[in-house]
Amino acid sequence: MLSDITIGQYFPGRSIIHRLDPRMKIVLTLAFIVMLFLAKSLAALAVGVVFIVAAYVLSRVPLKMILKSLKPVIPIVIFTAILNMFFIEGDPFIIIWKLTISREGVYTAALMVVRIIFLIGGSSLLTYTTSPIMLTDGIERLMSPLKAIKLPVHELAMMMTIALRFIPTLIEETDKIMSAQKARGADMEHGNILQRAKALVPILIPLFVSAFRRADELALAMECRCYRGGSGRTRMKQLKLAPADFIAAAIVAVFIAGVVLVNIFVTPLVVL
Amino acid sequence: MEKDSKIISIQNVSFSYESTDPDNQQLIPVLHGVSLDIHRGEFVAVLGHNGSGKSTLAKHLNCILLPTEGTVFVDGIDTKDGEFIYDIRQTVGMVFQNPDNQIVATIVEEDVAFAPENLGIEPAEIRQRVDDALNSVGMYKYRESAPHQLSGGQKQRVAIAGIIAMRPACIVLDEPTAMLDPKGRREVMSTIRRLNRENGITVVLITHYMDEAAQCDRVVVTDSGKIILDGTPKEVFSNVELLKDVGLDVPQVTELTYELKKAGIELPDGIISVEECADKLEELLRAALSEK
Repeated sequence: MLSDITIGQYFPGRSIIHRLDPRMKIVLTLAFIVMLFLAKSLAALAVGVVFIVAAYVLSRVPLKMILKSLKPVIPIVIFTAILNMFFIEGDPFIIIWKLTISREGVYTAALMVVRIIFLIGGSSLLTYTTSPIMLTDGIERLMSPLKAIKLPVHELAMMMTIALRFIPTLIEETDKIMSAQKARGADMEHGNILQRAKALVPILIPLFVSAFRRADELALAMECRCYRGGSGRTRMKQLKLAPADFIAAAIVAVFIAGVVLVNIFVTPLVVL
Repeated sequence: MEKDSKIISIQNVSFSYESTDPDNQQLIPVLHGVSLDIHRGEFVAVLGHNGSGKSTLAKHLNCILLPTEGTVFVDGIDTKDGEFIYDIRQTVGMVFQNPDNQIVATIVEEDVAFAPENLGIEPAEIRQRVDDALNSVGMYKYRESAPHQLSGGQKQRVAIAGIIAMRPACIVLDEPTAMLDPKGRREVMSTIRRLNRENGITVVLITHYMDEAAQCDRVVVTDSGKIILDGTPKEVFSNVELLKDVGLDVPQVTELTYELKKAGIELPDGIISVEECADKLEELLRAALSEK
């Protein structure tokens, strides 16, 4: 039952978005987020929306998966919308008892809602189309200049890789321990929250002990394979920027320019 | 460096570790004056029951442990010489019991590339080594799989490929089949045998399975930190009583011939394969029939 959990939310595929260099995808995702915050009106935001919708269509990620990633943010979206509606002063639009909702409030709320939804949608596209290992690789290489300020970039990436590697192993192990404890009469399905939390202790303790033992053995095995940190290490798979990556960057630049232009020429006309 | 026929030379090695009990800090001896030479191309089994010091001995072969007394030479280099530790680890690769705890990466080929990457080898050369290593353990078609999708025997073969990718002269396997099912054990054993025969890699196999030891060129038996027997499987398994005294079994056929001999039937010493035993018994039975 636990083994149903998938790692991250990678959706394997061979689309053009999947094949972009992970470094470029990370940078472009950040650029997209900047684009969303640059947009000062719904009209400007629409430019960003067109961009991300087109990217999703190219990636062939099913709509169902996109909606799934948005589900957890619904409360945040509603909360932000309500706050914006009530706390931004301006032209009274609707008056309910003592609360006034202003015209500006509704507009800002709409702006924020669209921003948040597409912020999540945009960054999900990165994790849908990039395998965790590629993502780790990309982050490691993007952050490598930070080695100059003594940030252990390689070590952080190594930790992420090992964590990803051991998630399925530890899930399997948790399943086994749960079965073993159930066979000994442990009750994990009944009782209130406190009782159920207590029932987790006999699962977590063996799991921790075993994780430490695994860590010990893995460290030994890594030493036997001449591991000595990041210095002097090479990689089998070199990341290389392809023409497609530069084209993607150019497209993003065009869209950012589009947002800026809409901000300058169209926004003054629509803002209330 | 002169290439002599000995890849590993263990000379009068003793090893003790410090007790972890804070009230009773004393040295607990594990190995007592062990001497053993391993020659290039050999396929050696080290047998012994739990606590006989066989794993401790194995850990001396690639600088995981350093001897308290005595010296270990790997390819002519003293393991105490810290300068060459990575040369030694590259010469003598080590495979452990649990394949899950040896695999570092989330994709098979990335894991096999781990050691060559650590050694700072050129990317194109790494690719070549990874493909060769995966082919030599018969796992090439799984190169893009995730380790957790593989069976135990397959994972252990990936772990072996991860060592082979360093192009070691010798591999030490510490009970590599102990956690596997019979099918996985067969897969791993035939892989190890092939690496020894076809690629000429020296193999030191630590095991407590008698039938695995019987497939080797040479068997070394350890007990209480000493080597008590060293010879061909035939020679070693003729010492049925000594082996039983130290808590080891002998292969089933050896046991059968031993019991038959005790019952007064004439059979040669050191029968270790089923075929050999069947032949000898057939001969005996035919002889008995023709006498009648």
